[in-house]
Amino acid sequence: MSRIAGRFAALAKAGRKALIPYVTAGDPNPDVTVPLMHAMVAAGADLVELGVPFSDPMADGPVIQAACERALKHRVSLRKVLEMVRSFRAQDQDTPVILMGYLNPVEVMGYAAFAQAAKDAGVDGVLTVDLPPEEAGGLLDELKKVAIDPIFLLSPNTSDERVRKIAAVASGFLYYVSFKGVTGANRLDVGAVATKLNAIRKLTDIPVGVGFGIRDAQSAADVSAVADAVVVGSALVKRIADLAEQPANIDASLSEVLTAMRQAMDAQQRAVANR
Amino acid sequence: MATNPALKPNHWSDFPDANGHFGPYGGRFVAETLMEPIEELRVAYERLRNDPEFIAELDRDLAQYVGRPSPLYHAERWSAKLGGAQIYLKREDLNHTGAHKINNTMGQGLLARHMGKTRVIGETGAGQHGVATATVAARLGMECVVYMGAEDIKRQAINVYRMRLLGATVISVESGSKTLKDALNEAMRDWVTNIDNTFYIIGTVAGPHPYPAMVRDFQAIIGREARTQSLDQAGRLPDALIACVGGGSNAIGLFHPFLDDEGVAMYGVEGGGDGIASGHHAAPLSAGKPGVLHGNRTYLMEDADGQIIETHSISAGLDYPGVGPEHAWLKDTGRAQYVAITDTEALDAFHSLTRVEGIIPALESSHALAYAMKLAPTLDQDKIVIVNLSGRGDKDIHTVAAHEGITV
Repeated sequence: MSRIAGRFAALAKAGRKALIPYVTAGDPNPDVTVPLMHAMVAAGADLVELGVPFSDPMADGPVIQAACERALKHRVSLRKVLEMVRSFRAQDQDTPVILMGYLNPVEVMGYAAFAQAAKDAGVDGVLTVDLPPEEAGGLLDELKKVAIDPIFLLSPNTSDERVRKIAAVASGFLYYVSFKGVTGANRLDVGAVATKLNAIRKLTDIPVGVGFGIRDAQSAADVSAVADAVVVGSALVKRIADLAEQPANIDASLSEVLTAMRQAMDAQQRAVANR
Repeated sequence: MATNPALKPNHWSDFPDANGHFGPYGGRFVAETLMEPIEELRVAYERLRNDPEFIAELDRDLAQYVGRPSPLYHAERWSAKLGGAQIYLKREDLNHTGAHKINNTMGQGLLARHMGKTRVIGETGAGQHGVATATVAARLGMECVVYMGAEDIKRQAINVYRMRLLGATVISVESGSKTLKDALNEAMRDWVTNIDNTFYIIGTVAGPHPYPAMVRDFQAIIGREARTQSLDQAGRLPDALIACVGGGSNAIGLFHPFLDDEGVAMYGVEGGGDGIASGHHAAPLSAGKPGVLHGNRTYLMEDADGQIIETHSISAGLDYPGVGPEHAWLKDTGRAQYVAITDTEALDAFHSLTRVEGIIPALESSHALAYAMKLAPTLDQDKIVIVNLSGRGDKDIHTVAAHEGITV
């Protein structure tokens, strides 16, 4: 069982939902990232999603675009991100790490070289935003060889037929994008998410995480009522942006948000269990 | 001619394949939320492209609104001055709005209306595609939003005002390098957010399938007319075609109908900026590598980490780090040759054509003209070269003047 599947199985057994924070690697500088990953785990993160900076993050809103720009000022390449994961793994062998990014840096490294380097560094899952399954054959083959989970997006307009097609090649978990738009927008509709997740669950047994639009403890708890995992990105990255000049305060600030989300999510699950 | 005969396909018009691939290039590299709208677009386009009523409607607008067919003009004095092949200019500069861009925006605008969309968006660098989009939106009574890099807005104030006069909202893009590629990113973000009522009119033969094929088909009227006109006026097909390549829509429009004519050589001319060796250019086919950007696999200007790098060309319309995937394929198969022309060479050609033929060309088109100045003297006087004069140069006179230290 992969580290991601193992983590979801353990959470299900414990009656808890996964909290998955996203930060852009190297934002606001490369020294911040690894300690921040550990701090987020200590604050209640079950998996960590690390953004690979890209010059043209088409699917992201202004908050994560700006994070990419801050990281790229330090030339944080895919190889540097893998070094960060390796460094994180030296102290934490349990928490799954997912890379989220765009295809071109992977293309430049080469699929086979990337898959092997990611495996060696301790990466568990790879989400390539601009790589739908139709184009993913070559990378999927290489990830499979090294047993890294390919994570794919689902969205409100993904048909049942496509959900089946995507679930057939995905593993670890599926990432449901809660609305049509870019990261960081404020358009979350938990009722609509619940309806679509019910439909998705009829088509696949893979755990489903929900991201986009989760900004505080309340929205995290609301989404955790219907999803297997809650992904929170822009709300954290915005705090990093605000503290870019005081990086020493970033760990505490993000831990505060995640702790509140963790508590609200766990309280929500206890309420369900006691009902 | 093929540099790699194994790559040579039998029927050029079979490309792209059903998934939008031109050999290894093209495809659909977009986030999941865009897969449904690009499929909806593909289906609508497949239906309408063969619908006689749609074709008649587009043909009528191209004739009566755009002013087609555009002339094929034998530039006799310029040919004599260059002392070699006979040069014919395909006068896309005489279209309404002054460039080839409207062939595509007219087609996509009508398609948008047939699909029930009420809002169109576009990206623009120099502003030509933005003006052509705003024009068609006004003509069709649709809301129009144009994304333009903050740097380009500063450089192209007149086109910004033209778009606003036409009723479009011009949004300044402050992210990344604040130029065309960032405007394209921002337009994609708008589209993914407003899919239900919005049609994204991409201005060139790039983006996810079906855009490269669809924009090519709308621009291929250039080559179809030129082919007929060459047969009518010169009694035979040309020996060579030359067109500038930014994203590559005017070039593919001219080339495509000639691809199966084996005797017709094709030259795509990229923005060489300060010269390829300087690294300060916009010539991905001449000096870039294959990669994935803006929904398709193609040649890109990128660094060793796969980050897209900033480009430079005196011509804003060529200042783009990617290129249409069909050009990448034509390059690899050897069917077309791609060369680069520097800013200085383009300016020389700009002045030369203006003084000898009384035609002020766009700086983009001046790159194609500059290559004609190199090629024509190497060919006999009975050879025929068609240059796509893709746009008029009025928009560029401030740039040219500034380059010469003159304030207009």
